[in-house]
Amino acid sequence: MNGVHDMGGMDGFGKVEPEPNEPVFHADWESRVLAMVRAMGAAGAFNIDTSRFYRETLPPDVYLSSSYYRKWFLGLEEMLIDKGYLTREEVAAGHAKQPGKALKHGKFDLGQVERVMVRGKFARTAPAPAKFKIGDRVRAKNIHPATHTRLPRYVRGHVGIVELNHGCHVFPDTAAMELGENPQWLYTVVFEGSDLWGEDGDPTLKVSIDAFEPYLDRT
Amino acid sequence: MSEHHHHDHDHSELSETELRVRALETILTEKGYVEPAALDAIIQAYETRIGPHNGARVVAKAWTDPAFKAALLEDGSKAIGTLGHVSRVGDHLVVVENTPLRHNMVVCTLCSCYPWEMLGLPPVWYKASPYRSRAVKDPRGVLADFDVSLPKDMEIRVWDSTAETRFLVLPMRPAGTEGWSEEQLAGLVTRDSMIGTGFPRTPGAPS
Repeated sequence: MNGVHDMGGMDGFGKVEPEPNEPVFHADWESRVLAMVRAMGAAGAFNIDTSRFYRETLPPDVYLSSSYYRKWFLGLEEMLIDKGYLTREEVAAGHAKQPGKALKHGKFDLGQVERVMVRGKFARTAPAPAKFKIGDRVRAKNIHPATHTRLPRYVRGHVGIVELNHGCHVFPDTAAMELGENPQWLYTVVFEGSDLWGEDGDPTLKVSIDAFEPYLDRT
Repeated sequence: MSEHHHHDHDHSELSETELRVRALETILTEKGYVEPAALDAIIQAYETRIGPHNGARVVAKAWTDPAFKAALLEDGSKAIGTLGHVSRVGDHLVVVENTPLRHNMVVCTLCSCYPWEMLGLPPVWYKASPYRSRAVKDPRGVLADFDVSLPKDMEIRVWDSTAETRFLVLPMRPAGTEGWSEEQLAGLVTRDSMIGTGFPRTPGAPS
């Protein structure tokens, strides 16, 4: 979706402000949100792409004015309601009013913690040979799906070079909508900064994205 | 809305969010979805075990062991997998090397993808709009916000983390560190140097 989350190349957000000796969390509630998202994801309530989509669909003013963990919280609450794990009445009451729905991987207890600490695997068996090889010139498609996609707006329509082939991965565009993993070849595609940003662009800049095969056309 | 009414509802974002977060955890616990002690354990891991020291160890080893460096650049996940306790990096880590001709910088314009297993949880600035919006268009301007400048003709390569691949920058080894041990070198490797928004510390400089 063409949301405010897709902010590559936007102007006006001001300076980057590094915080010296930044703590891991700025408040306890941030750590609880992080843990709940990781736990409910590991328990099978949702996949990582669905959780991203729920954050992207927050109203633009809410997205832009909320801290990272507040976005995580708002997305989590809405997603769990939509998927039937809790109800608005329960959220309003602050307590459970009915038994829980079965989780794919069961209750998230202490025995599950180490599983969360290992990064997930997203590579899948290829359903077909790769269409592109390293060095190929490809054009990022000019597509504007209203649902989740990982093709940022700033490269759409631009030509780049395939630099790496990462194998076949879960396709976020369908996984986010719970339409299946639909594995697709994944490539690093590199673009010239002067092509993306015009003649005023930094001539020394190259930008790459990781692009799934359905995002690309051969030129 | 009258002034008085407004004051009655003048909760800060923090306190309102805090109450809602607590309520959600209560519900998830009561419904039998999560065990609070398991949430504590996740938090503790991110506060103690998982942080930039993991990435620093990998960088320091690459600086001292040419065979490891070659393997790391060939297949980051596989090479790091041989190091034991920092082997939880998954299958999709790509290590990109800074050279005198090219500087690498990592961003996620669409959300905040970041190599957690190597660097811990990302800092606020990495997740905030200014960095996410500008890194791909004006990386030299972003670097200036970190008091970092690069030679005018040096190539800048920005890696936008748009999939589940994760990127770790291998910075250049500082001069004046000949003969240093891996452990000493790891002490020079900053988080920002592995994102590409900084350099390693130089010997003798205050940390």
